[in-house]
Amino acid sequence: MVVDQLSDAEVDAIFHALADATRRDIVQRVMREEQSISALTENYTMSWAAVQKHVSVLERAQLITKQRRGREQVVHGNAETIRRAARLLDAYEQIWVERFQRIGDILAEPDPQHENERKKGTR
Amino acid sequence: MTFVSSDKDPEALTITMVAEFDAPVEEVWKVWEDPRKLERWWGPPTWPSTFVRHEFREGGQSRYYMTGPEGEKSAGYWTITAIDAPRRLEFTDGFAGDDGEPLPDDVPVHGVVTFEENGGRTRMTSVTRFADAEQLEKLAAMGMEEGMREAMSQIDAVLAGDSARVS
Repeated sequence: MVVDQLSDAEVDAIFHALADATRRDIVQRVMREEQSISALTENYTMSWAAVQKHVSVLERAQLITKQRRGREQVVHGNAETIRRAARLLDAYEQIWVERFQRIGDILAEPDPQHENERKKGTR
Repeated sequence: MTFVSSDKDPEALTITMVAEFDAPVEEVWKVWEDPRKLERWWGPPTWPSTFVRHEFREGGQSRYYMTGPEGEKSAGYWTITAIDAPRRLEFTDGFAGDDGEPLPDDVPVHGVVTFEENGGRTRMTSVTRFADAEQLEKLAAMGMEEGMREAMSQIDAVLAGDSARVS
């Protein structure tokens, strides 16, 4: 398969996790610096338990890791998993680069309808 | 064609690509509007596409299939969700079954393409948004395969001394 280091189930978990705006926001925050779930909760109108649920989804997708520190649970971003998701987009990008090239080739062909106009100019 | 930029956002699952073409906006629009032109670039040379239906208006439907090197067929469909000729096109692109109709549980990819005049040239911006991991994986897999095949055929052309085709 294309994504050698990720199974289909893992890829599904990543994209499911990132399909939610709150979870994307959590990932962005903890990528910048580690944060406790309590600190994260202050950013949202939802309860600690609801944030904890989002964090669990992200943890299953391996986008973040969670550590217990005393009474707090501290959340870290996992940059490697984000990078793997980016690699999938790299592969898709190539499809469009090649499409653009083909469109350019088509547009460069002389258009029979405008052939006469073009002959006046560059020939 | 000048490739301007590519911006991938793995968190929002979008990819934005910008290119400039040495042609007026109306001409670039035609490569999307005219199915005979569209099918010449939508599929790769190794998997050429054939559009059997192309209703280029809001709510319009397109049906196409791509034919592989072994004669195998892969079908797809579009739904045009918004259109403002010759400036903006929004559509969804998904997988179809053997009957050519959309697969019942298919989650299509959403694309927005804009066309701007820029000093006699046309700047075309394509924003693709993925909703589903499986789809991105499938599409990415096709791209990788295609890239490999293309590279192989170019090597073949060079080895055969076919400089005319390469240039």
